Amino acid sequence: MDFSYNGEPVLSNINLTIREHDFMAVIGPNGGGKSTLLRLILGLLKPDKGKIRVLGERPGKHSQALGYVPQNVHINDHFPITALDVVLMGCLGTGGLFGQSRRTRKECEKDGLSTLARLGMADHVRKKIGELSGGQRQRVFIARSLMTRPRLLFLDEPTASIDSRGQTDFLNLLETLNKDVAIVVVTHDLFAVSGYVKSVACVNHGLHYHSHEEIKGQMLETMYACSVEDVCRMQVLSQVLPGAGHKSAGGADGNP
Amino acid sequence: MEILKYEFMRHALAAGLLTSIICGIMGTLVVVNRIVFLSGGIAHAAYGGIGMAFYFNWPVIPSTMGFSLGASLVMAAVTLNNRQRADTVIGVIWAVGMAFGIILVDLTPGYNVDLMSYLFGSILTVPGSDLIIMGIIGTLILFLVVFFYKELMAVSYDEEFAGLRGLPVRGIYFSLIAMLGLTVVMVIQVVGLIMVIALLTIPPFMMEKYARSLGTMMAGSSLLGACFTLAGLYLSYRFDLTSGAAIIMVAGTVFLVSLGVEKIRGFIPRTVRHAGELKR
Repeated sequence: MDFSYNGEPVLSNINLTIREHDFMAVIGPNGGGKSTLLRLILGLLKPDKGKIRVLGERPGKHSQALGYVPQNVHINDHFPITALDVVLMGCLGTGGLFGQSRRTRKECEKDGLSTLARLGMADHVRKKIGELSGGQRQRVFIARSLMTRPRLLFLDEPTASIDSRGQTDFLNLLETLNKDVAIVVVTHDLFAVSGYVKSVACVNHGLHYHSHEEIKGQMLETMYACSVEDVCRMQVLSQVLPGAGHKSAGGADGNP
Repeated sequence: MEILKYEFMRHALAAGLLTSIICGIMGTLVVVNRIVFLSGGIAHAAYGGIGMAFYFNWPVIPSTMGFSLGASLVMAAVTLNNRQRADTVIGVIWAVGMAFGIILVDLTPGYNVDLMSYLFGSILTVPGSDLIIMGIIGTLILFLVVFFYKELMAVSYDEEFAGLRGLPVRGIYFSLIAMLGLTVVMVIQVVGLIMVIALLTIPPFMMEKYARSLGTMMAGSSLLGACFTLAGLYLSYRFDLTSGAAIIMVAGTVFLVSLGVEKIRGFIPRTVRHAGELKR
């Protein structure tokens, strides 16, 4: 799959498969195309060449199956809306043009309350979104994305708005969620998520993928270079890991 | 209430209350979507419609409405595709619409004594027929907002997410701006096109901090707007002032006083909170 923005290639020769119950970290330098890849899978952008299939269909067809938690949780801080109402927004578009019937709306509210409770937000349900901290707001956005019971949950730089103390709690939470849903986390901080992820995709115009069995031991040290260096060292990575990524997905660009 | 003896006063009250309700609803959407400048642009460009009404001898409200609707849709198209440069284009349409209206009025033979009333409002001379048009438009807007409340809320709060959920974000945005175009023409009747923005934004802005939902913000703004309008009307009757200006002065004064009170009240907790954040 290829994608270019204003004539400039951003992603080329991308080949990636996300498996069920995966917990994938997407890493790479700024401007390497991490968020672009995410937006392509979500159907917000269209590839120039190649195909993207979500559960066998075009992106957008299965918007219910994809959950998305945006990077910026500080949008519209002053908006008059409660945490619960933000979460209930997740039910939108599930009942045709004229919204849901009364019954499903009640169900949706019940569902929203229990999801918020599951994320440890039971005490903040009626609070205005502006009164919550960055981490709490992020949980609200996660709850919103879980309302359609997605099969796949994308989080764009989720640790950016949480202090380091909260990060462990947050990652434990994601680990719990991972029992039901595949998770893809875009991050520049692989160290923070290293104990949790099952696979790593390194995106820098091209893509390099590593499944669970491969990211052990010295792998992480090598990966560290990927997250901090200006350039993803795909050549180096593939030397360390001959045949990496051939099992379920492959990074065609950097393969030996 | 000797003030209600006069038919023009009863009409003025009805027009004022109707406008307050619609301004509370649409103004809330204007404030949360940050399209105050765009509403100003629509209001001033609407003058082109007034000019056309004079020149071609058309009825004023329908032709202004048509023109303002056209201008608002052009602005919606521009702001949708080119957010960074949107303010410049709005500014141009703002000025050109107005200039177009002034030139048409210049070219119209005869002396036009009415012109000032469109700049500063003519609530005291609202005829019954205009009240009916305002009522119809008000009902239409109210109906649309109630019916598409969740969609409007989702698009206003998080456009990207609304799009991901499959909502027709562009369609909703265009409808919002079109409704704004209709609203502006109604408000011009009451406070004039120069002061439209004030009535559209002051009540919602004051309500935003206290409201916990768009609905309460709309209701509160409508109520607040009604108070401003009634007080302004009374002052204009009592002291023989221009009604539109009196309404805006009441709103502006209350707004500034509330802002001052808030600054004083908020000063102490904020310093405490700030110290707490530093400690953390």
